[in-house]
Amino acid sequence: MASQSPLRNKAAVIGVGTTKFGNFPHTDEYGLAADAFRAALADGGIDKRAIDGLVVCRIPSYARMGEVLGLDPRWSLTLPPHGRMSGIGIIEAALAIATGQASTVALLYANIGRSRRVNYGGEESPNVWDPWGFTSPGAAHALMFRRHMELYGTTTRQLAEVSVAIRAHACLNPDAVMRVPITIEDHERARFITEPLRLLDYCLINDGAVCLILSAAERARDFAQPPVLISGFGGRDAFSASAIPNFDIDFWHDPVAEAGTEARAMAGVERGDIDALMAYDNFSPTVLFSLEGLGFCPRGEAGRFVQGGTIRLGGSLPMNTDGGHLSNSYMQGWALNVEAVRQLRGGCGARQVPDAEVVQYVQATPCTRSIIYTRG
Amino acid sequence: MGYEKPLPTITRLTQPFWDAAHAGRLAMQTCRACGHVHFPPGPVCPECLSAEQDWKDAAGTGTLESWIAMHRAYWDGFRDALPYPVGLVRLTEGPLLVTNLVGDLAGAKLGAKVRVVFDAVTEDVTLPKFTLV
Repeated sequence: MASQSPLRNKAAVIGVGTTKFGNFPHTDEYGLAADAFRAALADGGIDKRAIDGLVVCRIPSYARMGEVLGLDPRWSLTLPPHGRMSGIGIIEAALAIATGQASTVALLYANIGRSRRVNYGGEESPNVWDPWGFTSPGAAHALMFRRHMELYGTTTRQLAEVSVAIRAHACLNPDAVMRVPITIEDHERARFITEPLRLLDYCLINDGAVCLILSAAERARDFAQPPVLISGFGGRDAFSASAIPNFDIDFWHDPVAEAGTEARAMAGVERGDIDALMAYDNFSPTVLFSLEGLGFCPRGEAGRFVQGGTIRLGGSLPMNTDGGHLSNSYMQGWALNVEAVRQLRGGCGARQVPDAEVVQYVQATPCTRSIIYTRG
Repeated sequence: MGYEKPLPTITRLTQPFWDAAHAGRLAMQTCRACGHVHFPPGPVCPECLSAEQDWKDAAGTGTLESWIAMHRAYWDGFRDALPYPVGLVRLTEGPLLVTNLVGDLAGAKLGAKVRVVFDAVTEDVTLPKFTLV
């Protein structure tokens, strides 16, 4: 019998906080992150003085953040503003706890892209392909989806089901930004941004902040909420073809497969044990790539797999139950991890996955990571 | 009116590529030690790490790996061109290039054969683009 991973269930999420999501020009990353931090402390009944580890992401200065919150941590980590850093940050915090470098870590993420009119392309993010007019993560995902259409016969109507299902979940989430139901016909009528991708294949851009607080699992019962364990995680990076940003010619299939296998092995769960899946949905095609990479369906079959409600609440694999990046909030993976925690606590109301015990997070990106959370 | 689309940032590493394009050639950095062909150029070969790098002319042929139409102008200079086609080409020598597709795209499909054409967009800058064969 294989020995159990020494990292399984070492860290737990004891507090989560999210701000309102929208357009907040009157504040900034520090103000939003402070709101999320206060909310997470209150959520877990955690004393601020217990925080001895700090992770900041998409916040300009770690020192100013610590000053704003009055924190002098033993251990800290600053992450670049890419969404793919959410999985990395949570895994690093769990490792810091497992190795005794910190006992209670606050992870803070803030985004002010809406109020500051961030475009995610053009002059903001120069790259080698600018003279040919190729820019933006959406364009890279459009190139991947076209390949998927050509290789496997996937259709935009199948892709539409991803946006429609995730919007349906947002409609059950009172905090979500987009709460008007959409249909496949709405998707097919939406304007192209980077054909074959349409507006409804794109995530939102909104302001907001997220905080998660992690502690050692053995202390997790001392706090106000039922603990949620970080049971397994895995990752693979794909940097050797980085010239085309946010792109992988093979849809990050093998990195996602390997990260998923590693996470399941660490957690000691099978694919069939996963009650809900939170997949980084910056653009709707990544949901299909995530399903294939994790092996929930064979390669090339994700378009057919999602048809008929499979990924909706009540289906066999509910996904992005908060409405994801497509319809809840563009919190770059952080809010999806919070949703995993909230589902396992069981307080999600109309969008609750009944008896959720195992929830998986995955980010199919150049830094692929997957995390498996279980009820403590 | 001058040319208003973005122009390349030409560096010591990329100068040979742009010089070749200006002369109507598609050149790729090629490792003198192991022969690996790569783009964009780097200080060392990503395969064998040799710093001895040459530039060699590519055949200018390849296959279409994907294509899209940009319907949004991230630069004002592209506004009048909307929607414009962007293609992903695998050169016969191996590297992947993002480029513009010119000419009739009715035959676009995965694996379609393409060849380079040169578009002198300014007096100094020529962009390699591709057309379906």
